[in-house]
Amino acid sequence: MKKNKILIQNSITYGLVMGFWVIIQALSAGGLVSSLMKGLLVPLCIYAILAVSLNLTVGILGELSLGHAGFMCVGAFSGAFFTRCMEEVIPSVGLRFFIALVLGAAVAGVFGILIGIPVLRLKGDYLAIVTLAFGEIIKNLINVMYIGKDAKGFHFSIKDTLSLGMDDTGVVIVKGAQGITGTPRAATFTVGIILLLITLVIVLNLINSRTGRAIMSIRDNRIAAESIGINITKYKLMAFSISAALAGMAGVLYAHSLSTLAATSANFGYNKSILILVFVVLGGLGNIRGSVIAAIVLTALPEMLRGLNDYRMLIYAVVLIVMMLFNSSPKAIEMRSVFMDKIKHKKSAAKEA
Amino acid sequence: MSFLSYLINGISLGSIYAIIALGYTMVYGIARMLNFAHGDIIMVGGFAIFTMVSTLGMAPMVGVVTAVAVCTILGVTIEFVAYRPLRGASSLAVLITAIGVSYLLQNLALLIFGSNARQFTSVVNIPSLKLADGRLSISGETMVTIAACIVIMIALTTFINKTKVGQAMLAVSEDKGAAALMGINVNRTIAITFAIGSALAAVAGALLCSTYPSLTPYTGSMPGIKAFVAAVFGGIGSIPGALLGGIILGVVENLSKAYISSQLSDAIVFSLLIIILLVRPTGIMGKKINEKV
Repeated sequence: MKKNKILIQNSITYGLVMGFWVIIQALSAGGLVSSLMKGLLVPLCIYAILAVSLNLTVGILGELSLGHAGFMCVGAFSGAFFTRCMEEVIPSVGLRFFIALVLGAAVAGVFGILIGIPVLRLKGDYLAIVTLAFGEIIKNLINVMYIGKDAKGFHFSIKDTLSLGMDDTGVVIVKGAQGITGTPRAATFTVGIILLLITLVIVLNLINSRTGRAIMSIRDNRIAAESIGINITKYKLMAFSISAALAGMAGVLYAHSLSTLAATSANFGYNKSILILVFVVLGGLGNIRGSVIAAIVLTALPEMLRGLNDYRMLIYAVVLIVMMLFNSSPKAIEMRSVFMDKIKHKKSAAKEA
Repeated sequence: MSFLSYLINGISLGSIYAIIALGYTMVYGIARMLNFAHGDIIMVGGFAIFTMVSTLGMAPMVGVVTAVAVCTILGVTIEFVAYRPLRGASSLAVLITAIGVSYLLQNLALLIFGSNARQFTSVVNIPSLKLADGRLSISGETMVTIAACIVIMIALTTFINKTKVGQAMLAVSEDKGAAALMGINVNRTIAITFAIGSALAAVAGALLCSTYPSLTPYTGSMPGIKAFVAAVFGGIGSIPGALLGGIILGVVENLSKAYISSQLSDAIVFSLLIIILLVRPTGIMGKKINEKV
């Protein structure tokens, strides 16, 4: 009985995503999708993946992370680096993109483990600030990194292009603050949706597995979980690194939707991590479908409001505050339950009459 | 000599961080929330002074007093409208609301003042001090900043330890329920904390913009984050910790800018935070909390 319920719930989530794809495809076949909307389709998928993966850390594991954009950054740069390096070896863009996705996710996952080992010992707000710090460190380091490639192999420097000391055949791939240029724009909406579905399959199956229940037991009561023999560190690390790997995958997708990839505070700064956290909280902690919907609505909303120009971010901020007050304020919750009771009473009264 | 001048500039920057961090730490100590909008109150203070001094041609001191008044009212209003209804809600909900408030303040400033950087006229008109045959020069802003930090620290410590309101703050941060039973008005005490924190943010805004005279709607966000790091560094909730954390952070940032790499200074500061937290998980002066089953 319970298994069926989970199956139905998950199918609704997959169905929603596929339905979204079908609608967009139908609309674009009919020429009803504006160019603005078209430009938004890949970011929608990226944000949805990021929100789902962050929900694994914040909602399921119960640890507040403010460094999700850092993992996205790691994935984006390692993926883009790979596609640029392998231009001659693997001519097919599609294959290179696919390997880059796997590689980006793997590298971000490894970073997740490396960062997770020290960081996950901390708790609550301390964990939040340290993850934020890690995100900023990653962004900073990438901004001073120069990597070039010539006949002799790779050259690495943290100063400038000249100090790479390459011969005439050398090509600079990572140019410090200017980042990586010339990545093929292979990311399409369909690829984005497929990756989103893969993310959903991984996360939803994880949640409903023995491992997922172990992770949730740590969230609900760490001491009780430990006392029944659950290996806290192992499960925490597992959730954290899977979440990081998925964010890395989203990063590769992001890197391949742009021709120039640079680590600025606008795309990989702590503000981006906070933005993703907003999607997760508004979608509902631990609610995967909610994350997807919140990411899509809240990414599309400011773009839809573009007609209002200067006021759109202001409206976004007000909507955010009002939604939080309505959703979480104890008084608002009480008011809502009173209201719902009244409706129920009316219904039952109508039935009796 | 150049080392000494970097060091003094670092202490000055650290003093600004410390003043901002005080606001963070007091609010965290009493309301258990990360007030992400605190950095943007600095920016509002900066713009208030800018409007009074550069647009309306008032005296710098009038500008600073206005900024303190504006920020205090703003802080209390934000607490009343956005944070008070969420008392008792999950800390994550309060955090997101604070982020919403931060977006709101930034975008309001963007709407009113535009995104171009404004040239800020320094509110300090003390000539710089020349020492050691002019090889070491300390600017007036630096001296005022360090002096202001010391005065604020002493005043605040006295206020908390010697006055009734200060004691009420300590009581509320210790245990809200018990404090209410002892006849303390918890809501009013929290509002006063926000008022003090925001007034300090206005002072920090004046000092920050006088030292680094460029003002945009995003001026406050990075110093805000750094000050938050300083507060965590020193042990969040502890007032001497905020001072210590702020000064260490400022000195490390300035020295690494000077001797290692200006691009990597943020990374170095954040790495230091991580190392400190790994060794002392509640910061340098933070209280150790024992877990009870």
